Amino acid sequence: MSEIGQYIFNGLMLGMIYAMVAVGFTLFFGVLDVIKFSHGDVLMVGAFAGLTASIAMTAVGVTSPVLQLLGMVLFAVGLTGVLGAAIAKFLILPLHKAPPLNTLLATLMLGTVIREAVRLFYPDGSNPKRFPALLPTSSFELGSMNLRVDNLILLVAGLTAIAGVHFMITRTKLGLAIRAVAQDGETARLMGINFEAVVLFTFALGSGLAALAGVMNGLYYNEVNFGVGLLLGVIGFAAAILGGLGNMYGAIIGGFLFAALQVLGSVLLPALIPEIPSAYKDVFAFTAVIIFMAWKPTGLIAEKTSERV
Amino acid sequence: MSLTVAAVAMTLYVWMFLHAESQAAVAVLVVLAASAVFASRKLGATRVMAAAVAQRPGLARALSLAGALVLIAAFHDSHFVLLMLCAVLLYATACLGLTVQFGYSGVANFAGAAFFGIGSYATAIMAAHTQIPHVLVIVLSGLIAAVIGSVLITPVLRTRGHYAALVTIAFGILFKTFIEVNDVLGGPQGLQVPGMKLFGVSLNDGIEIPGVEISFYVPYVLLSLLVFGLVYALVSALERSWVGLSMDVVRTDETAASTFGLHIARWKVVAFTTGNFFAGIAGSLYGMISGFVAPNNFTFSDSLLMLSIVILGGLGNIAGLIPAALIVLVLPEKLQFIQEYRFLLFAAMVIVILLFRPQGLLPRKTRIFFREEAPK
Repeated sequence: MSEIGQYIFNGLMLGMIYAMVAVGFTLFFGVLDVIKFSHGDVLMVGAFAGLTASIAMTAVGVTSPVLQLLGMVLFAVGLTGVLGAAIAKFLILPLHKAPPLNTLLATLMLGTVIREAVRLFYPDGSNPKRFPALLPTSSFELGSMNLRVDNLILLVAGLTAIAGVHFMITRTKLGLAIRAVAQDGETARLMGINFEAVVLFTFALGSGLAALAGVMNGLYYNEVNFGVGLLLGVIGFAAAILGGLGNMYGAIIGGFLFAALQVLGSVLLPALIPEIPSAYKDVFAFTAVIIFMAWKPTGLIAEKTSERV
Repeated sequence: MSLTVAAVAMTLYVWMFLHAESQAAVAVLVVLAASAVFASRKLGATRVMAAAVAQRPGLARALSLAGALVLIAAFHDSHFVLLMLCAVLLYATACLGLTVQFGYSGVANFAGAAFFGIGSYATAIMAAHTQIPHVLVIVLSGLIAAVIGSVLITPVLRTRGHYAALVTIAFGILFKTFIEVNDVLGGPQGLQVPGMKLFGVSLNDGIEIPGVEISFYVPYVLLSLLVFGLVYALVSALERSWVGLSMDVVRTDETAASTFGLHIARWKVVAFTTGNFFAGIAGSLYGMISGFVAPNNFTFSDSLLMLSIVILGGLGNIAGLIPAALIVLVLPEKLQFIQEYRFLLFAAMVIVILLFRPQGLLPRKTRIFFREEAPK
């Protein structure tokens, strides 16, 4: 029983991180109809920024975990927010009129640039880094399940972040502007919305969310390496598509669905085929994605497509 | 006449480039090439050249072939240079496949290295465990790559743009993870590939000519050149024919294509399968030449490196693939200090090209069906 609980908890945790990445993809796709594939690597930058902040604060003498956490999150979110906005300003907006495949390719390449830059220029960047364990590590029993406080905090933090973004999109004036741009950029401009500012803000928002996911990922695994972004990016992209691009609920559902697939894979595969290496769980998850794409090409909550000829 | 001069000059340049040992010499040569390109563009020599090539395409091809043969003859005793030439030719062959997919029909394939890898692995297994003649093994490896690729056809066809891209990206990562965890396929260590036997003669034994030392890579380079030449001829014939025309229409406007009665799905399938076939063939031969295959040669980054070659050469212009492959593959080997930074460098280069010169270094020309219409 407790084992199943552990699996579910692990799945929830993964799902939360995936959902946060997927929400970013969906936000970008909403406002500009583009896929920013460097998203995963922006997340990785966020994690490294958090790590740097923590190291710097320890060096200065600030050792209180709460302050460190706060500094970590603020620095990571701030830096990646600026990075995201810069990417939008200098790469994605100039390519807006180009074929969509060019944008995808350019951001894929940007992802490589970011990844390689961290690997080459961050001190000892090619090796995995230990991420400081700043959260309380105590645990308590709930029924037959053993819950760790730090994981619970991470889960709640993720939930709060997603809920916050959701609240902002649906309830505030800025969110209204984002939704207006997403619906029809030209008309939004006619209504006096500053198109570029909204786009840049959306990219900063999505990237900040990714940075938070990156820090959470680091805190959860107590480790971060330069390659973490590629896989998380692909998974987040897959999750966003599973749920249907441009739809925030879809992205969240997609994130948890993908995590469920992965957990299911790691439980079911050894049960069906004994002695199969656990590394096959990623193979299983990606196979599932490909099959899913063949079955429901535009995701669960389909994007409305109509084309002006 | 101008063509011959240019061909001699280019062959000489590539010879010097491959020959250059010191970092400074290579750097000088790179600067030289850059300024030569700039000067010829300013003086209009580029236009004269392009017109000459358009006038005498046969001569241009014959000269390129002659240049390649001269280079092989000049480096007949140096293993390393010949191995690099093999890599350039075979990567260019795989990129010909990607050009058919990306450049002609607009089918996204972000798993080029995976299909290349399927070719290598299929060859490793077939050559080690069966008695199939090796020429046939190469063709079969290409077919296997195409057949495995056909698994992706349904999701790729049912989706467009980003969605199709995701499918191939997922496949590329899936492939690498799969061979890495699969013990039968050697896991992370990879597999040995036996050297090639051609009509009972093992190519690894090399050729003996008294008095001249000849590297055993020479036959391999010639074979790579042959494969590249065949695929090149096939792809350029394809581009000139109604097949290429249909693919172009499908890429530029699907709605218009279907209004004119073109079967969009059919052309995409044809392009995707042929492209993977070419990548598989190239991978197969490459596996035999390097004698060894490992998952780390077929990562997502390698797929992106292949795409860099395609974009750098000018999307859809197959003549640009060789110079692009030379830049992407040989330059890092020559300038040791950029070896470590090559992924970073070429990714950045592609971004710059996409932003400022999306047509690539050598843009694709409009096809000319009648020689008389060629710009004089």
